[in-house]
Amino acid sequence: MKKLILALLISFASTSVFAGSHSPCGVTSGSINILANEFTTYRIFMDEVKSCAGPDADFNVTHSVDHNKLQVAALSANPAEFSAKLVTNGSITPLMNDGLIRPLDDLVAKYGSNLNDNQKITIDGKIYAVAFMANAQHLWYRESILNDLGIDVPSTYEEVIAAAEKIKAAGVMENPYAGAFKSGWNLGQEFVNMYLGHGGEFFKSGSAQPNVNNEKGVAALNVIKKLTELSNPDFLTQDTNAVKEEWESGNVALMHVWNSGAASLLDDEGDQNIKADTRLAPSPTVGGGSKPATTLWWDGIAIATNTSDENAEASFRALVGAASSTDLANNNPNATVWLIKGYTPGDTAGPVVDAASRGTTPYPSFPHMSLMHGALSTELVEFLQGNESAEKALADVEAAYIAKATEQGFL
Amino acid sequence: MPHRTFIWFILPTALAMILFIGLPIVSSFFQSLHIENEQVLMEVENCDPFGCTTNVRVDVEATEKIEAENPLGRFNGFGTYTDRNHLAFDEIREAWDNKTSIGEFKDIVLNLPFYKALLFTLTFCFAVTPPVIVLGFIVALSVNTLAKNLKGLIVFGTILPMIVTPLIGSLVLFWMIDSQGIIGASIQILFDDPNLSLKASSNLTWITLIIYGIWHNTPFAFVVFYAALQTVPQDPLEAAYIDGATRFERVRFIVIPHLYPVATFIMLICLMDNFRVFEPIIGFSAEGVAQSLSWMIYQDLRNENKMLFGSAGATSMLTILGIAFLLTPVLIRTWKEFKTER
Repeated sequence: MKKLILALLISFASTSVFAGSHSPCGVTSGSINILANEFTTYRIFMDEVKSCAGPDADFNVTHSVDHNKLQVAALSANPAEFSAKLVTNGSITPLMNDGLIRPLDDLVAKYGSNLNDNQKITIDGKIYAVAFMANAQHLWYRESILNDLGIDVPSTYEEVIAAAEKIKAAGVMENPYAGAFKSGWNLGQEFVNMYLGHGGEFFKSGSAQPNVNNEKGVAALNVIKKLTELSNPDFLTQDTNAVKEEWESGNVALMHVWNSGAASLLDDEGDQNIKADTRLAPSPTVGGGSKPATTLWWDGIAIATNTSDENAEASFRALVGAASSTDLANNNPNATVWLIKGYTPGDTAGPVVDAASRGTTPYPSFPHMSLMHGALSTELVEFLQGNESAEKALADVEAAYIAKATEQGFL
Repeated sequence: MPHRTFIWFILPTALAMILFIGLPIVSSFFQSLHIENEQVLMEVENCDPFGCTTNVRVDVEATEKIEAENPLGRFNGFGTYTDRNHLAFDEIREAWDNKTSIGEFKDIVLNLPFYKALLFTLTFCFAVTPPVIVLGFIVALSVNTLAKNLKGLIVFGTILPMIVTPLIGSLVLFWMIDSQGIIGASIQILFDDPNLSLKASSNLTWITLIIYGIWHNTPFAFVVFYAALQTVPQDPLEAAYIDGATRFERVRFIVIPHLYPVATFIMLICLMDNFRVFEPIIGFSAEGVAQSLSWMIYQDLRNENKMLFGSAGATSMLTILGIAFLLTPVLIRTWKEFKTER
């Protein structure tokens, strides 16, 4: 964890030099076709990729919030539908499981001289991805509302709940809290955060057997339940983008969403009074734990195995050009926490650096984690609607996971 | 028609059906009997911006080798059909043995993913189909009495819900029923309850989906009824008119009996269509509270990072069985009508 802070510090000192290496930008042969998630920071990154690729390049990018669902099928085809994919520590494992992304050592040696060492994602000694940003979910709050009611910035979820209850009781807002609780991946992620915050482990050590139906799981669910009771009643249909809209409409005083949300929440569009009142805070701890109840993420670039070497090289050049562009990072310092050399962190980097320094767990990268996340996505809804107990919901999660993991050959 | 001519006549169709319907079903069935090969795991050291850790990953080479020897995966017989995510025989047996009341048993069964999806699918089917037939008939009757120069425009307007792609139609409605949307806000004012949200409770979501289903399917029934209305013989209608029959009586005793076979046809198509309800669930973001069998297949193929072909195949087979089961009474009825007509 300290490495991130160290890397950020080092990055202030270092300057960019292309020492005897090939310049990545200005691609003239091969076609570039990228699959990526959809949010503002990625748009900013892709603009840089496109300008690095140059006017002569055959350049295409597909932004989709469904990228996780598309990626395995799209990259399994031979030749693959996309030559490159923006991955995270969560979405890289299904691709690694099937060998769908290629080692990048030779390309990094040729074009990556301007990368920080900690950008190179190494698995079993080979580089499989190049990270360009770090991300985490953390607390956001409306300063004036907290000040008016004399509430301190919450540092634990118990305080978050108390603060939200106070805001509601004061009649300032009907639903003061918001989180991405949309049934599906988002809801699963909220449980992952809260369970890890309670110190939980998803699998029995050294095996793929599930391990969520325990006291920590029940405690995590109960906290989520309390939070949803203070959220918009439509919480099961709200993903991160919907939550951000709620925030920009002034309906919410406390929320737990991605740091990269700053790129759209703190831009010049929307109500500037709300923007001026928006503050970022570290992710809270929960249940007396010491680690914040959130997960650390890196976002990076990966190249498909099933694409021609020419396309792979073209795609890598354009992407790595952006992933080592100091200008990109320093022109958009608040878009996210860039891992790029020479980046001076902006005002909004604090909560991510704080999460890293307090030993927050990165999102688990077990090969069977995506099946667990899938089971969490669908089986927790009835508990949150008050139709079943926490124990029953967690038993359902384990049963659904076991059925899927058996079919996939993990159990 | 002599049998020989008939066979030659039907052959191209039969071949196409075997090729494009029969074989894919056989292939899905075959796939549903298999599960993935065992995944070989190995410990590796991973390094990322947050430090280095020892982790497990799939040994791609070793797994690929097993895959090459056994490309279909491991044979699992009907194991996938009976597992928890499908028919869940073990879970049901256990629930039956340990039950304290029938209500509790029912709760446990309807909490299993397959039965939960089946319950919604059937509810949707039977709640949507009858109103669609009745409404479609009423709309067709009304449009039929309109002046000629108005008809074209009205017919176009009436079939609009069918022209709109289900996903787009449901998304538009999804935003309209939002608590800040025009319908959602109006309902809140109407019931004087600022917290009323159509998306928040499962009952209201089900009702929303069903109303959407009726809205979307009615034009189909309308179009078919409207076409059939043009074939109603005018003589008996005029005779009844002269005899002093009211409009209701003419519809009841002449039009309805004439359109009866058409209604059966519409019911058949509607039941079949509604049994595979899917798009509105995605459009209304209702996955949490309303799952259908088709949605389960989608979930297996898309929502997981890795595609669960066996599971999707098993659900597909069960869906086909379900449709066959549902349509049998209607088909028997059609067959009987067909025989009496001869």
